[in-house]
Amino acid sequence: MTTEITIELDINGRSETLTLDPRVTLLDALREHLGLTGTKKGCDQGQCGACTVHVDGARVLSCLTLAAQAAGRPVTTIEGLSAPGGELHPVQAAFLEHDAFQCGYCTPGQIMSAVACIREGHAGSDEEIREYMAGNLCRCGAYPHIVAAVRQAAEMAS
Amino acid sequence: MKAPDFDYVRVRSLDEALAALAAHGEGARILAGGQSLVPALNLRLLAPEILVDIGGIADLSGIALADGTIRIGAMTRHADLERSPEIARHVPLLARAVREIGHPAIRNRGTIGGSLAHADPASELPACVLALEARIVARGPSGERTIAASDFFRGLYETALGPDEILVRIEIPAAAAGERFAFHELARRHGDYAMAGIAALARDTGAATLRIAYFGIGSRPMLAAGAAAALRDHGASEAGAAAAVRALGADLEPQSDLQASAALRMHLAGVLLRRALKDLFPDAAGGREEEIA
Repeated sequence: MTTEITIELDINGRSETLTLDPRVTLLDALREHLGLTGTKKGCDQGQCGACTVHVDGARVLSCLTLAAQAAGRPVTTIEGLSAPGGELHPVQAAFLEHDAFQCGYCTPGQIMSAVACIREGHAGSDEEIREYMAGNLCRCGAYPHIVAAVRQAAEMAS
Repeated sequence: MKAPDFDYVRVRSLDEALAALAAHGEGARILAGGQSLVPALNLRLLAPEILVDIGGIADLSGIALADGTIRIGAMTRHADLERSPEIARHVPLLARAVREIGHPAIRNRGTIGGSLAHADPASELPACVLALEARIVARGPSGERTIAASDFFRGLYETALGPDEILVRIEIPAAAAGERFAFHELARRHGDYAMAGIAALARDTGAATLRIAYFGIGSRPMLAAGAAAALRDHGASEAGAAAAVRALGADLEPQSDLQASAALRMHLAGVLLRRALKDLFPDAAGGREEEIA
């Protein structure tokens, strides 16, 4: 029988103490235990990118990360990208401006991945954006608008 | 939750990790980056009693060059290899290959030690370390031992590591002047597991030191020794290339699965060899790429 573990997570600058089954992924901890449902569960096996969050400032798939592995490390989710009621993050604003979604389910993952993609310096051309955003699937096929939004946000950031 | 029940321990040192392995034996699994292990658990392909998380052992990460050898700590992430100027300069084959591993978010968590110890036959890095003649260093209760890459991969997800051992680092001879490499893989979509892939290395400008490794073909990464011998005997001429492609029949044991039949994989192995020869010996006739029927 599994022994529960108690971990401290640093989510969007807030410390959260959780007692969990060790099998709980970071994705399930966010959605089921902390009510942060902005991070989406798509495939739950690392193929779609809908669950992308930042750990230590780097994009990771929260479905392939155990919550315990993220203990003590700063985690940023889509909810932490801009202050509630405050101005949108430039990547969020660019997605709105370019209508870079249709159903919107993949959008939080796309935006978290795009913020990291720009920070990594991998948004220098449309081709590079396509390559380094390739881990985020959009079943509606909004890719041309997503690339345009990332390009604009990258140009604004530089 | 989809994974079977397991306990979890996060260790702070190698000694703690070894003690956990000693206590639980075959029931323990090492958790490194988790990019293969977590999905395997969720698919219930594995049912360990306990995961030993080595992510907190700081001195298992890092890349260092000394005495003509690059030493890579087992917990070094794929993204660190991708960004490392030492890897780009001294092990360019590895720098090229890591870009094909999954996607950036996967590469931020996945580790070289995890990839080698997991020994997925479709993974890029096991074939690379075969081509590079790397040495894999494991630590167990009685200390460290070094395993040649060619002795490390035993079968499907099976390695020479004992249940009480941890892969701690990989040692690779730094690239010599004139060294050439080739790396290609074929996948239905970019980022998918390869249906077939090749990693080849020549330590000098000729074919004498050529090593050709394949992944995604059989149950483990394999060296194509017969093909390399054919190229040594005939040079990278058209005759040499044709003989090398023929030799693949005896070198490889392709398998059929939902992605590709064994016959298709054998055909692709030949196509990949031609492409690799074009990179390795651009001036030789044997590098001419065969028309794909």
